[in-house]
Amino acid sequence: MTISINDAGHVANLARLDLSAQELATYTEQLNQILAYAQELNKLNTDQVEPTYHSIETGTILREDKVIDFPNQAGLLQNGPDVSGTSFVVPRIL
Amino acid sequence: MTEYEAVIGLEIHTHLKTRSKMFCACSTEFGKQPNSSACPVCTGQPGALPVLNQEAVNLAIRCGLALNCTINKKSVFARKNYFYPDLPKGYQISQFDLPVTSNGFVNIQLPDGAEKRIGITRAHLEEDAGKLVHQGAEGIEGATASHVDLNRSSVPLLEIVSEPDIRSAEEARAYLDKIKSILQFAGVSDANMEEGKLRCDANVSIRPAGQKEFGVKVEIKNMNSFRAVERAIKIEIERQKQVLTTGQTVAQETRSYDEAAGRTVSMRSKEESHDYRYFPEPDLLPLLIDDAWIDRVKKELPELAEQRIRRYQDEHGISAYDARVLTLDKAVSDFFDAAAKLYAGDKKSIVNWLTTDVLGYLKTENLELSQTKLTPENLVEMLGLIDNQTISGKIGKELIVQILKTGASARQLVETSGRRQITDESTLQKIVQEVLAANPQQLAQYRSGKTALKGYFVGETMKKTKGQAAPQLVNQILDRLLKI
Repeated sequence: MTISINDAGHVANLARLDLSAQELATYTEQLNQILAYAQELNKLNTDQVEPTYHSIETGTILREDKVIDFPNQAGLLQNGPDVSGTSFVVPRIL
Repeated sequence: MTEYEAVIGLEIHTHLKTRSKMFCACSTEFGKQPNSSACPVCTGQPGALPVLNQEAVNLAIRCGLALNCTINKKSVFARKNYFYPDLPKGYQISQFDLPVTSNGFVNIQLPDGAEKRIGITRAHLEEDAGKLVHQGAEGIEGATASHVDLNRSSVPLLEIVSEPDIRSAEEARAYLDKIKSILQFAGVSDANMEEGKLRCDANVSIRPAGQKEFGVKVEIKNMNSFRAVERAIKIEIERQKQVLTTGQTVAQETRSYDEAAGRTVSMRSKEESHDYRYFPEPDLLPLLIDDAWIDRVKKELPELAEQRIRRYQDEHGISAYDARVLTLDKAVSDFFDAAAKLYAGDKKSIVNWLTTDVLGYLKTENLELSQTKLTPENLVEMLGLIDNQTISGKIGKELIVQILKTGASARQLVETSGRRQITDESTLQKIVQEVLAANPQQLAQYRSGKTALKGYFVGETMKKTKGQAAPQLVNQILDRLLKI
């Protein structure tokens, strides 16, 4: 399996990346190198192997259902592009 | 002409009743000032990490059990990637190939009384997105800007996906009612659509009757009430029939329901929109659930609607139909239980008042029971007045509306209005005699054999007494007087 320039362009578009033709060619080549490396796995029979979702074997940590207010909400608003009252403001979305 | 059959599957998103959000400690309270329940995690600040809320998992297991699902010992969170301003991280944490519960079913009641089983494919955990408020105009078209409120961002959701087992808009409604009832009784969610705590999308296709393969599927969004879901599906089935009978093909797409216009409108084509590039969420390890945890949740599982229906039939001799009506809404069922404890008489009389007068009133006024002033106490007080013949059932029907509106005590209403039943025999007899005297023609007809006219005299007597005459007594007196 290989990735075509079109595949890479499609993924770049989904990720809202504006790439030049040269960049797209470079990344397509690099993506194919990564893919080729991962395909080493195809040499092994993994039928009986459970898929690995994470490199650590334990389950996820759980939190008690307790409300703790974040003390710096004003700070969060400062990270927005534009603010009105306590709302973030973005261009109208259709 | 070709007969078509509809094939429908529903995706229901329901908020889970937790105090804090799915992956952070912000409050899930509804209706607060914009962005007052927000922190680095739910606003997607770089480096902030999610930690799973244990109670959200508890509720997902509880819901899974109530939906007869398998609880999966290992489930995995996944990133669903897309860009939208209400999703600050650029991805939603959801579940994909390993959901927390799967393979369940519910039984719905069809209009003809038969039961039908609807399969549940899966019910998986995911986080909600924030809310967009469009500024500068009524609708989205004229808006100049959009305001983003992230209070809802990362509130825990359970997405319940049905099998394509539903065949009509009516079945879809029955399924939706059933799921709502289960969610409420299991204490998993308030499940009200008005506050957005329950949302529903429908996948609708049609195929010639008898054909095995499914037709092309259209997803309908933007349905804001149970009634809207039913209507939108009906309208979409008709639209697809039109398309096929005119020789065209149905396009696979997402359509938005426009309630005012009574139609569905194309939103976007499916192929483009569903390129979500799911992959396992690297910030969360798999969710492991052991038997002990499942057993614990099983023990805490509240009495569900099905169990209440059986109990109502066994303990109170209520019909299966009435028991179902009572349990459609948990608030109504809880109300009945509380009233039944207070009331010494036949519990069926509570059922009659609830299912006809009270539910009828709620329907015409478009209200929830909790929005009225009726309490188990003041209903039972009124029933007592009927039982000891202080008032007639007919007067009760007038009083119940006042009680629903004002919460007034029935006893006081009777005192102040003087609408007490006339049970004094000599007083009533005098009135009946007056009625007979005032209607000589009808009386003559009665005497010549038209005995059905007795009902007319009863009616006239009730009219004359403004409904206050005790009906049994009026009948007795009439029987006596008409014999002469």
